[in-house]
Amino acid sequence: MFYRQAAIRHTSYDQTKKLYPIPFDKWLVVAVLLVALLAPFMMSGLYLNSYLLPWVIWSTAALSLNLLMGYAGQIHLGYAAVMAIGAYSSVHAMRLGVPFEFALILGGATAMIIGVGFGFTALRVKGLYLAISTLAVQYLVDWVLTHVPAIGGGTQATLQTPTPALLGFEITTDIGRYYLAFGWCALVTIFMLNVKRTGLGRALIAVREKDYAASVLGVNSYYYKLIAFAVSSFFGGVTGAILAFTFFGAVTPEQYSIDISIQILAMVVVGGLGSVLGSFFGAGFILLAPLFLNNMVTGMAEAYDFGVSRSILSHIPLILYGGLIMLFLLFEPLGLAKIYDNIRKYFLVWPFGFSRR
Amino acid sequence: MDLDWWFIGELIVNGANAGLMYSLVALGIVLIYKASGVANLAQGALVMTGGYVVLALAYDAGLPMWLVIPLSMVILFFFGMGIERVVLRRMAGQPLIMIIMLTLGLEILLRGIVPAVWDRGGQSPIIPITLPADAIFIGDMLINTSYLLGGVIAIFLVILFVYFFRTRIGVVSRAVSDDPVAAWSVGISVERSIALSWGLAAVVSAIAGALWGSIQGVDWTLSLLLLKAVAVAILGGLDSIIGAILAGFMLGIAENLAAGFLDDIVGGGTKELVVASVILLTILIRPHGMFGREDIERI
Repeated sequence: MFYRQAAIRHTSYDQTKKLYPIPFDKWLVVAVLLVALLAPFMMSGLYLNSYLLPWVIWSTAALSLNLLMGYAGQIHLGYAAVMAIGAYSSVHAMRLGVPFEFALILGGATAMIIGVGFGFTALRVKGLYLAISTLAVQYLVDWVLTHVPAIGGGTQATLQTPTPALLGFEITTDIGRYYLAFGWCALVTIFMLNVKRTGLGRALIAVREKDYAASVLGVNSYYYKLIAFAVSSFFGGVTGAILAFTFFGAVTPEQYSIDISIQILAMVVVGGLGSVLGSFFGAGFILLAPLFLNNMVTGMAEAYDFGVSRSILSHIPLILYGGLIMLFLLFEPLGLAKIYDNIRKYFLVWPFGFSRR
Repeated sequence: MDLDWWFIGELIVNGANAGLMYSLVALGIVLIYKASGVANLAQGALVMTGGYVVLALAYDAGLPMWLVIPLSMVILFFFGMGIERVVLRRMAGQPLIMIIMLTLGLEILLRGIVPAVWDRGGQSPIIPITLPADAIFIGDMLINTSYLLGGVIAIFLVILFVYFFRTRIGVVSRAVSDDPVAAWSVGISVERSIALSWGLAAVVSAIAGALWGSIQGVDWTLSLLLLKAVAVAILGGLDSIIGAILAGFMLGIAENLAAGFLDDIVGGGTKELVVASVILLTILIRPHGMFGREDIERI
């Protein structure tokens, strides 16, 4: 009914290889795109700034990490550090007079170079060692940001971001900042959707599934892991810069701490490893769930008159991230994307569900 | 340049004792890795849980200290076994990256739940382990007795574990760590052996939690010991108990010397820098650590 398959016949390989073999999917994407483009004019500035903008940016971050974790199967526990490198280097570049567009690319490139530098050490070994060395990178970057005044601006100091200007137009309004973030998000999304269909994407997936087998087939797994690290770090760096320029308006070490790394990890795992749509679901879920639960607990505490200490409330996000990571890994390792897929498969033949049996 | 040798000696001795206490935390990682090849990134939170259990028994239940420690060890033993039974056993056969992420999720969950349940109103109470003196002086060296006690207990536990791996149960768990499928085929209960290792790791965490809690107080920051424990475990070799103790010794001394001499210059925080550098350098130069088995797959 919704996902009508009747009268859709694929008669050539080109048709089956299309991104959206079923027209409904294509129209859904168009509708979502229209809503996203019109959203700034339909909602108040408060909602735009505190819900939609962070969702778009964190989805981009989750997508970038998903390239590494979902496609290439390499764990990264210090992704916030990568974003920090991008943000700080682009802010410094802009302060030195580099135009905004080039500052963004420079931020991404710096993140890529440093990320690949650590990747060289980390990718010689795998699994656990990769996890731990990326964790160590997070602490190293944190240390540099707080202890090197030339980079971090001194202890407890924040660096204000200069006003971004795209092609000579200064971006000063909320709507402009939203479109900037949305444009970058769309670029990364299109890249992620299409990379799976290219040789690069297939090589990455081969490496993820079994690197020996990939090597036997002639896929240089070390090379492709480095590529994945490089591209993912580049995207992460630019996303970190976009986050600083459009959302925070300043850069401080706390914005890119280990907690943020864990948050992005939770987004990727909860959303679904290797799923583009899942990254959007995961980011939205992880951003909204603590707010929602917080309001619910305080609401219930008021309604039923039991005291909830502030410390319990402050622990809710941690409990939620940890619990969600565990629950999804245990019961639905492919995340919210898989749940959506199950629902979609159900409706593919609805109301003739018996036809699948 | 005249160096203050007493000052250096003090840094070395206290650093060594603190380092031995890191090895105590790292012991939990090594035990589980030896038994099942799983890296336990929840060790920091286990230590924190141990500290909170000791605190609850000592303050809330008002039990004397000689009863509190064994009781908390028993509680943590079953807690560790329970984690293995409920969570880890379901993940058997899954990719390693999933299991690592799972233990990390457990770490975050415990770090959130435990302080929320045993809320101390923002305080971080010290566990009351009374020692005859706060500090011993040898010449001009001040030696912190809390750290000294921790160091002695760490060495004692390591000797105990070295002997444990020569007993019948110890041989069984060595067989399981060597080749789980082969061990299974000759009738060894692999699940029980792995559960036992989680239980033992949790017992060690209870001791570590009590000792660290008596020094820096019990709050969520106890779980930050994870990074240091990981550094110690990696430097010593993930499956080597002797390695863990020696690596803790070295890391503690290096860290304290760096903090003593460099903190004034760069403005604090050099301990974290030393720890992170030790991890990266070990992985770069000798991924299997000082005493670990050299079977890490390279690509």
